[in-house]
Amino acid sequence: MRAILGRLAICAAAAVVLALLPFTLSGLNQVLAARVALYFIAILGLNIVTGYTGQISIGHGAFMAIGGYTTAIMSADHHTNLIATLPLSFAIAFGCGVVVGLPASRLSGVYLALATLALAVSIPQLTLKFSHFTGARNGISVDGTVGYLWLYGVSWACAAILFVVAWLVLRGRTGRAFRAVRDSEVAAASSGVSLVLYKTLAFGISAAFAGVAGSLFVLATNGYAQPDEFSIFLSLYILIGAAVAGLGSLWGVMGGAAFVALLPNISQSAPLIRSIPVGGQDIAAGLVVVLVMLLLPTGLAGLLQRMALAASALRRRSGIPTAERG
Amino acid sequence: MAPLLELHDVVASYGPVKALHGISLEVEEGAIVAVLGANGAGKTTTLRAISNTVRRSGEIRFDGRSLGRTCAESIAGLGIAHVPEGRGLFPELTILENLRLGAYTRRGPLKSDLERVYAYFPLLGRRRNEQAGSLSGGEQQMLALARAFMQRPRLLLLDEPSLGLAPIIVSEIFRIVKELNREGMTVLVVEQNAHIALQVASSAYVLEVGTVALHGPSAELERDESVRRSYLGY
Amino acid sequence: MSVYELFGRLGIRDLGARRISTGASVPVLALLVAGAVFLAVGSLMSSTFAELTVSGVAQGSVFASLALALVLIYRATEVVNFAQGEMAMGTTYIAYQFTVWGLSYWAAFFATLAIAFVAGVAVQQLVIRPVQRKSVLAVVIVTIGLLSLIDGVVLWIWGGDPKFMPAPFGNSVYHVGGVTMSLTDLGTIAVSIATVVVLWLFFQFTKLGLAMRASALRPAAARLVGVRVNWMLALGWGFAAALGAVSGLLTEPNQFVLSPTMMQPILIYAFAAAVLGGLESPVGAVISGIALGVFLNLLGQYGGYLKDSALRLPVAFAVLLLVLLVKPSGLFGRAAVRKV
Repeated sequence: MRAILGRLAICAAAAVVLALLPFTLSGLNQVLAARVALYFIAILGLNIVTGYTGQISIGHGAFMAIGGYTTAIMSADHHTNLIATLPLSFAIAFGCGVVVGLPASRLSGVYLALATLALAVSIPQLTLKFSHFTGARNGISVDGTVGYLWLYGVSWACAAILFVVAWLVLRGRTGRAFRAVRDSEVAAASSGVSLVLYKTLAFGISAAFAGVAGSLFVLATNGYAQPDEFSIFLSLYILIGAAVAGLGSLWGVMGGAAFVALLPNISQSAPLIRSIPVGGQDIAAGLVVVLVMLLLPTGLAGLLQRMALAASALRRRSGIPTAERG
Repeated sequence: MAPLLELHDVVASYGPVKALHGISLEVEEGAIVAVLGANGAGKTTTLRAISNTVRRSGEIRFDGRSLGRTCAESIAGLGIAHVPEGRGLFPELTILENLRLGAYTRRGPLKSDLERVYAYFPLLGRRRNEQAGSLSGGEQQMLALARAFMQRPRLLLLDEPSLGLAPIIVSEIFRIVKELNREGMTVLVVEQNAHIALQVASSAYVLEVGTVALHGPSAELERDESVRRSYLGY
Repeated sequence: MSVYELFGRLGIRDLGARRISTGASVPVLALLVAGAVFLAVGSLMSSTFAELTVSGVAQGSVFASLALALVLIYRATEVVNFAQGEMAMGTTYIAYQFTVWGLSYWAAFFATLAIAFVAGVAVQQLVIRPVQRKSVLAVVIVTIGLLSLIDGVVLWIWGGDPKFMPAPFGNSVYHVGGVTMSLTDLGTIAVSIATVVVLWLFFQFTKLGLAMRASALRPAAARLVGVRVNWMLALGWGFAAALGAVSGLLTEPNQFVLSPTMMQPILIYAFAAAVLGGLESPVGAVISGIALGVFLNLLGQYGGYLKDSALRLPVAFAVLLLVLLVKPSGLFGRAAVRKV
C-alpha cells in the first residue's frame, strides 16, 4: 500500500513538473519536450511487446508511419480536427498491429525481428506507390498549423493517458499473461495462456501506441508526413531507446525517450562528437547502445533499481529503519 | 609411481546446488576403474569435474600436473578423452567427420588409424559418408569409442556406455573397452550396471550423494554381501 | 563418389542419408527444376527475357553472398547480424579508399577481404561475445548499435555524397545469339560463385572448417574433443564479414556508385533469401538469393501492377512473410520442432 502511495506521489510530482515546465521553456524547447513525450509513447508501446512479452520488433517505425499518415490525410483531405485524429490513429494502428501481429504470433525471436524489419523498410516504399493519397516523396501536410504550447500540452496529455493505460494493462491478468509468454512460451501455453491471443494483443496495443506517437511525430515535424522521416532509422532509434531505458520496466522509459529525442542536440553539444560534421548522431547512438548493453544490460531502469537496493542495504547496515519494500 | 589421475577433495556445483561434497579418488596408469552409484550420486559430475565442464574446486592432478585452471579444450589436448552422457557425437556430421574430429588435437596423418578403426568396425567403414545420426544406439556408442581411439588419449572418461543398449551390445561395448585398455589406454568408467562394470574394472569407487562411500578392488566389492545388497542391487 | 553421397554433401539430405532428413525435400527439388526449365524456355523464346534472367542472376548472386554471410553467423550463434549490411558497406568504402590511394581494383579487393576478416573477428570478440550468453535480444540490439555506429563512422570519414570506383570488369558487352550480356554481370556471377565454392571447399575438406562446423552444431561436444569453440565462432564472424565485403564490392559495379545507404535494401533481400533458404542452410541461401534476384528482375518487366520499382522491397517483404507463415523452416531448412 505504501509503495502504491509512493508511486502515486511520484506521478503527481511528475505531473506538476510537466505542467509548469513549458512556462520556463522557449518555443523550440517546448517542441523538443513534446518530442520527448512522443518517443516516450512509442518506447512505452515497444516495451509492452518487446520488454513485457519478449517479442522483438524492429518495425515500430512502420506503425508510427501509419499513425502519422492517418493524421495527415484526415486533416488535409477531410479537415478533421487534429485532436480527433489521435484516437483514429490509435484505432487504425491497433487494427494494423493486429493484422500484422496475428501471423507474427507464429514467429518468435530472430524470425519476428526479421519480419518486422522488413515491414519497417516496406511501409515508406508503399507511400511512394500510393502517391495519390500520400503525396509520394514530397509528403503531405496537415491542414493548418499548431502552436508550440498546444503541441506540448497535447503530447504530454497523450503520454499521461497512455501511461495509465499501459499501467492498467500490465498490472493485472493481461500483464501476467504477457510476462508468462516472455519467460517461457511452453510453460505459458501449458498453463492455458493463449499464445496467439496474447502475442497478437500485445502487438496490437503496442502498434496503437506507436500510431499515436506517429501522429504527434508528424505534428512535431512542421505538420509534414514524408516517407524519409519514417526511415528504418526511426524504428531502430525506438528500439535503441527501449534498450537504453531497460526493457520490461515502465520507469526507465522516460530516460530512453529523453535520450532518443535529445540525441541530435546531445551530439551537437557533446565534446568530441560535436566536432564530427556528419554522422555524429549515428556514432553517438551506436556507441551508447553498445556500451549500455555491455556495461548496463538492464538499462537505466536496472541501474536505478540496483542503486535503490544498494542504498537500502547501506541504510540497513547503518541501523536506520527503512520502509518495507513491496 | 604417482597415479595417472588423482582427485583430492573435489567439490562441484550446478549453480547453488552442490553435486560433489569432496571426492577423492586415484586411477593408476593402465587400469580400468569403475565409478558406481545410484542416480544423482555424482558419477557424471565426477567426470565433468575432471574435464572441467562443471564449476568445481579442489585438487585434480593428471600425470602430476594440476588441472585446476585448465579449460576443457586444453584438457582434451593433454590426452584426456571424455565420452559424455549421450555420447557427444555430432549426429549431423558424417561418421568420417566425427572420426576426424576425434583426432582434432593430434598432428600428422590419420590414414593408418582410420584403417584400423575400419578393420575393427567394418560397419563404420562402409557407412563412413553417412550421417552419424543415422546409426543405431549401439553403433553410435561404437563410433564414440572409435572416435576416442582416434584421439589416442592416455585417459578415457566413459559415461554410462551401457545406457539404453541391449545386453548383448553392452557386453560387446565392454569387450571393446578392454581392448582399448590393452592398447595402453587408462579408463575411468561410470556405470549404473555395476555387475558388468565390476567384471571389467580392476577396482571401483561407490559414490553416495556426492561422497565416496566405498572403494576397493572389484573382486572384493563383488564378494561383499552388504555392498551387493545396498549398492549393486543383486 | 556415389550420387547419394554427392547429394548428401550438397546438403540435399533426403536423397543422401537414410534416416535423418534435414535438407530439401523432393517437392522442393521439383519446384527448382520447374523454375530452371521455365527460365530456360523463356530465355529461348525471348532475348529480353534471357537478358533479364542473366542480370537477375547477377543481382541475385550479390544477395546470395550476403545471405550466406547471415547464414554462417546464424548457424554458429543462432543470431542474425543486423549490422551485416553496414559492415559490407563500410568495407567497400575501405576498398574505395585503397583505389584512391592508387591500388589496382583487384589489389584493393583482396586487401579489403583481409581487413574485413580481421574486423569481423574483432567485432565478435569485443562486443558480441560478452553479451552472447545473455539473450538473443541483447545480441540483436548490439548489432543494431553497430549498424548505427558504422553508418555514422562512414558518414564522418567519407561524407554522404556518392563516390565512384573504377569498374572492375570494364564496360564491354557480349552478344550471344541476340542476347546482350554485360561483362559486369558475368563477372559478378563468376566472383560470387568462386567465393561460394572456395568457402564450401574450406568447410568441407579442411580440419579448421570441420572444427568450425562442429562448434556451430554442438559447442559442448566440440569442446570435449579439444576444439576452441570461442575462436571458431570468431573465425565464423570473420568469414561472414569477408563474404559481406564481397557482396558490397559486387554491389558497387551494379549500382555504379558508392553511398552509405547502398546495402540497406540488399540486406533486406538477403534476409528474405536466407529465410527462404531456411536460415540454417548455406545451399538454401545461395539458391534462394539467386532465385529472388531473377524473380524481382522479371517482375520488374512482366509484373503488371507489381512492376513498380517502389514495390520491390514490399514484394520481398511479402515473400519473406509468406515463407515464414507457410513453411517457417524454409525450403532447405530442418523442420523446427515446435514444442507447443
